[in-house]
Amino acid sequence: MFDFSIVTSWVHNLLMSFMPGWLTTTIECVLIGVALLLVYALLALFYIFYERKLCAWMQCRLGPMRVGPWGLLQVFADMFKILIKELIRLENIDRFLFALAPYLVIIASMLTFACLPWGNGLQIIDFNIGVFFMVAASSIGVLGILLAGWSSNNKYTLIGAMRSGAQMVSYELSVGLSILTIVVLAGTMSISGLVEAQRDGWFLFKGHIPAFIAFVIYLIAANAETNRGPFDMPEAEHELTAGYHTEYSGIHFGFYYLAEYLNLFIVSGIASLLFLGGWMPLHVPGWEGFNAVMDYIPSVVWFLAKAFFISFVLIWFRWSFPRVRIDQMLKLEWKYLMPIGLFNLILMTLVVMYDLHF
Amino acid sequence: MVREDFKDNEYIDKLVEELNASGANVVVGTLDNLINWSRANSLWPLCFGTSCCAIEFMHLGAARHDMARFGFEVTRNSPRQADLLMVNGTITYRMAPVLMRLYEQMAEPKYVIATGSCNISGGPFKGSHCVVQGLDKILPVDVFIPGCPPRPEAMYYGMMQLQRKIKLQRYFGDVNRQEKLKDFLAEHPEEKEAMK
Amino acid sequence: MVNLQEKIASLCPSATFEEGEYLLVNVDDKEWRSLAEKLKEELGFDYLVSVTGVDWKETIGCMYYFTSTATQEKLSVKVAASDRENPMLHSVSDLWKVALIQEREVFDFYGIVFIGHPDMRRLFMRTDWVGYPLRKDYDDNPELNPIRLEAEENEDDSFTVVEDEAGNRTKKEYKIFGEDEYVVNFGPQHPSTHGVMRLRCAVDGETINKVVPVCGYIHRGIEKMCESKSYPQTLFFTDRMDYMSSFQNRHCLCLCIEKALGLEIPHRVKVIRTMFDELMRLSSHLLSFGCMAMDMGATTAFVYAFREREQIMDIFEKTTGGRMSQHYCVIGGVAADIHPDLIKDVRELCAIMPERVKEYHTLVTGNVIFRNRTIGVGVVSKDDVISYGTSGPNGRASGWSCDVRKHAPYGVYDELNFDEIIYNEGDSFARYMVRMDEVMQCVNMLEQLCDMLEKEEGNEIAAPKVPKMVKLPAGHWFQEVEASRGAFGVYIESDGGKNPYRMHFNSPGLNHIGAVDKYCAGYKIADLITISASMDYVIPDIDR
Repeated sequence: MFDFSIVTSWVHNLLMSFMPGWLTTTIECVLIGVALLLVYALLALFYIFYERKLCAWMQCRLGPMRVGPWGLLQVFADMFKILIKELIRLENIDRFLFALAPYLVIIASMLTFACLPWGNGLQIIDFNIGVFFMVAASSIGVLGILLAGWSSNNKYTLIGAMRSGAQMVSYELSVGLSILTIVVLAGTMSISGLVEAQRDGWFLFKGHIPAFIAFVIYLIAANAETNRGPFDMPEAEHELTAGYHTEYSGIHFGFYYLAEYLNLFIVSGIASLLFLGGWMPLHVPGWEGFNAVMDYIPSVVWFLAKAFFISFVLIWFRWSFPRVRIDQMLKLEWKYLMPIGLFNLILMTLVVMYDLHF
Repeated sequence: MVREDFKDNEYIDKLVEELNASGANVVVGTLDNLINWSRANSLWPLCFGTSCCAIEFMHLGAARHDMARFGFEVTRNSPRQADLLMVNGTITYRMAPVLMRLYEQMAEPKYVIATGSCNISGGPFKGSHCVVQGLDKILPVDVFIPGCPPRPEAMYYGMMQLQRKIKLQRYFGDVNRQEKLKDFLAEHPEEKEAMK
Repeated sequence: MVNLQEKIASLCPSATFEEGEYLLVNVDDKEWRSLAEKLKEELGFDYLVSVTGVDWKETIGCMYYFTSTATQEKLSVKVAASDRENPMLHSVSDLWKVALIQEREVFDFYGIVFIGHPDMRRLFMRTDWVGYPLRKDYDDNPELNPIRLEAEENEDDSFTVVEDEAGNRTKKEYKIFGEDEYVVNFGPQHPSTHGVMRLRCAVDGETINKVVPVCGYIHRGIEKMCESKSYPQTLFFTDRMDYMSSFQNRHCLCLCIEKALGLEIPHRVKVIRTMFDELMRLSSHLLSFGCMAMDMGATTAFVYAFREREQIMDIFEKTTGGRMSQHYCVIGGVAADIHPDLIKDVRELCAIMPERVKEYHTLVTGNVIFRNRTIGVGVVSKDDVISYGTSGPNGRASGWSCDVRKHAPYGVYDELNFDEIIYNEGDSFARYMVRMDEVMQCVNMLEQLCDMLEKEEGNEIAAPKVPKMVKLPAGHWFQEVEASRGAFGVYIESDGGKNPYRMHFNSPGLNHIGAVDKYCAGYKIADLITISASMDYVIPDIDR
């Protein structure tokens, strides 16, 4: 399997050969930052297109098809238009926080995005408590949403933000618990370590029952974390017009729009990291020929394919389920998901203690 | 609907060709075209329906007619994020200030389509004591779509005429410009003298 | 009828009686209040169908239409005030809650103040509107009421007139919402109010304490305009009121005019009209299903419902040329013969519908989120629906048998074999299920109608001797049909001329919106959306 660290270390050595160390580091940081931004934007655009086409397919429609070949340029037109649209200056709002909020959201999703293991040797942030950092970084996003709702000086946005606060803080628990379950199984918090531990089988299969329960809990909770249907109460189009971002226009709204789709990718990416082996190909112990064939598929393709598959499932949920109500949603979390998650953690600990996993 | 099916609008194309031939700046011209292309292909309508036309508008979004194909897909509920105010249905005296406020809440560039006979002249309610007799009395309108209610195909025709119009915005200016000039002159009366 | 007349005469000796299609009781305002109480308590008239304000030039007053839900007996009462400058009548809004909103409409149009009515604000016109538009002496000078582009002021101000035992009337002014109430405004531009309805909700966190509907954002003055149109011209307005039951509305007006003219309608016309009624109901219930699903966030169900609606639209279009406003029913018959494909197309539709409905049930009805959101939400008792007059599927979901097609058949409903769907739970889910089951009943009826129509091949499509210039004799008539959303009534008063003297459309939507507080108070903000989606009102139907 091709190791991307060969490329990265080659670039590093090349730069080091004629530059001082500090300059190399600076240039590398800039390069990575630009690459990250570019991939971020392109992926978000791809996801917008992906969801539109998918939902059109589910609804016996065609989806975008007139702008560019197969409608591929549709999302570019949308983004370009949003870029040049007027940013409305509002009276009677908290200007500073209003302007700050979308950046908080985008920074949070960017930081989490940087943690994902893209391929063999292709990872930006990797240290011994990587998963912990990822969970911490992703929860900054709720602050952006709360600030947006509060600073807009609008009742809809305020209700949307309050809902969002209650929802994201609660579901953070379930996400954390299901991640913890896998950490117990893997015995490491390092992201590369997690992937490496799945070389001989994905955690979903290795951890069998508790891992599967954690996977289901994670999917539900992560869906709620990203504020997507059936948990899209903070936006709740038909109740609160556009929820917390009602008052945002132009590119500020564009940030929320991009972040929403990118968060979908991020939660799918984390799910594939924790349960489906990250970039690790499908290996079946004993089938050497099969494993060798699987290794020929590049690791980036594996990672993206898994993430897209999980996103497909989440998009499928969104377009078929009605929205739940705020009290029912909190009931689901505090009365069902969290107790089950805690119980599942104990179960996993027992499984690991008595070595019952594969 | 393919471009060839548009009726009696060739003069616009010819005019643009002429204008382009007589020296439009290459860089600025291309950028302008890009901007107008993106604006024209990404018209997000505001969900605004008062009566029958709104149901036909819903048909436009549903399976058979599917306006997602042309980039009208993302109907926004917040006027701040919409580009196109599609006035589906009668506007009454009580609704007029609300509609005005909605229009003012939208971010530039914004476009208005008046759908149905009520918005053209009052339609079936011509002479009613509380129906605005034509939307153009209170708002600058880009495209009128006749019909009571117009068929989804007619709505398409109107919306695609708006797309054409936006692509040519560079030469003709958008409809709001007149309005803006009025506002500007109201604020700066001394300019009015200078213009004369 | 004679029996009823004797009973009322013994209760209220000063009343005078007129024979007509229903017994008409003329009563003075002084006696009216006590008679109303007795009508409800002793004679069992528990359903107030309509309150219609009329300006009789010398006097100004109201026509009340009552129905007894137990015996289906009907009664009309005429109450008039002679003081045109400052007319006042006694309110019956505490006896029949439906009068709460209907009396406000009369106040808005005629300026009649109802003594004892708790909330005397204008209903449809702007608060700063000058004059009462349906009065015969209304000044329609556009300078008095120009297009105002500034927002309305003092929309919270209301007043009530109370009368003490000595007969002194005092006006009390008050605010609708208190200082400490957190008011969230829904609409008029809001994605799930299904049009330009405005609901102002006092909320406590996510819980709704009070809902105050504000109507009139699509009030087009249809009733006023009818008074200056000839009868065939008035038909065109009916299609634009409740555009989801345009055919039924028009059918109702045609029936009322035909009743006044004494026309005998050919049987084939009745079959065709009934068939279109049911097609319209089918399309309307599909829209209601789709919108309810969409309001709850399940967009796919909405698209599926519209897929079937397109097929119905095609059927309409082939015969009538119109998709939504058909203009097909005319006085004495229908405008043109049916399209040769009609029966084949309807049969095709009937063949696919059971399968599609099953698909809807799989997608939406069985969904656990949907059931949690609707079951036990917005519960209303049978007594309340009768009192608030929320007829149609909403009434039947609370166990009130209110189907006009069964109780006072028109068209060929008496020859058809169909069930009246009744649920007793009274919650959003029951209202939804009534509609879904009615879809199947529609399919059932359409199949029977296809058979009937085949037998009638080639018969007349219009009554003989429809006068060219329609002039109704002096008098008044009231006709009801079952529209998609409930009992739709038309009241015509004629002075013998070619224009109606007064035409009133008693729309089911107005009663629904009048009851919205009863339905929604105490539930969550999110429930407001599902409850109003399950009530399925259409705003132009409310505002007219």
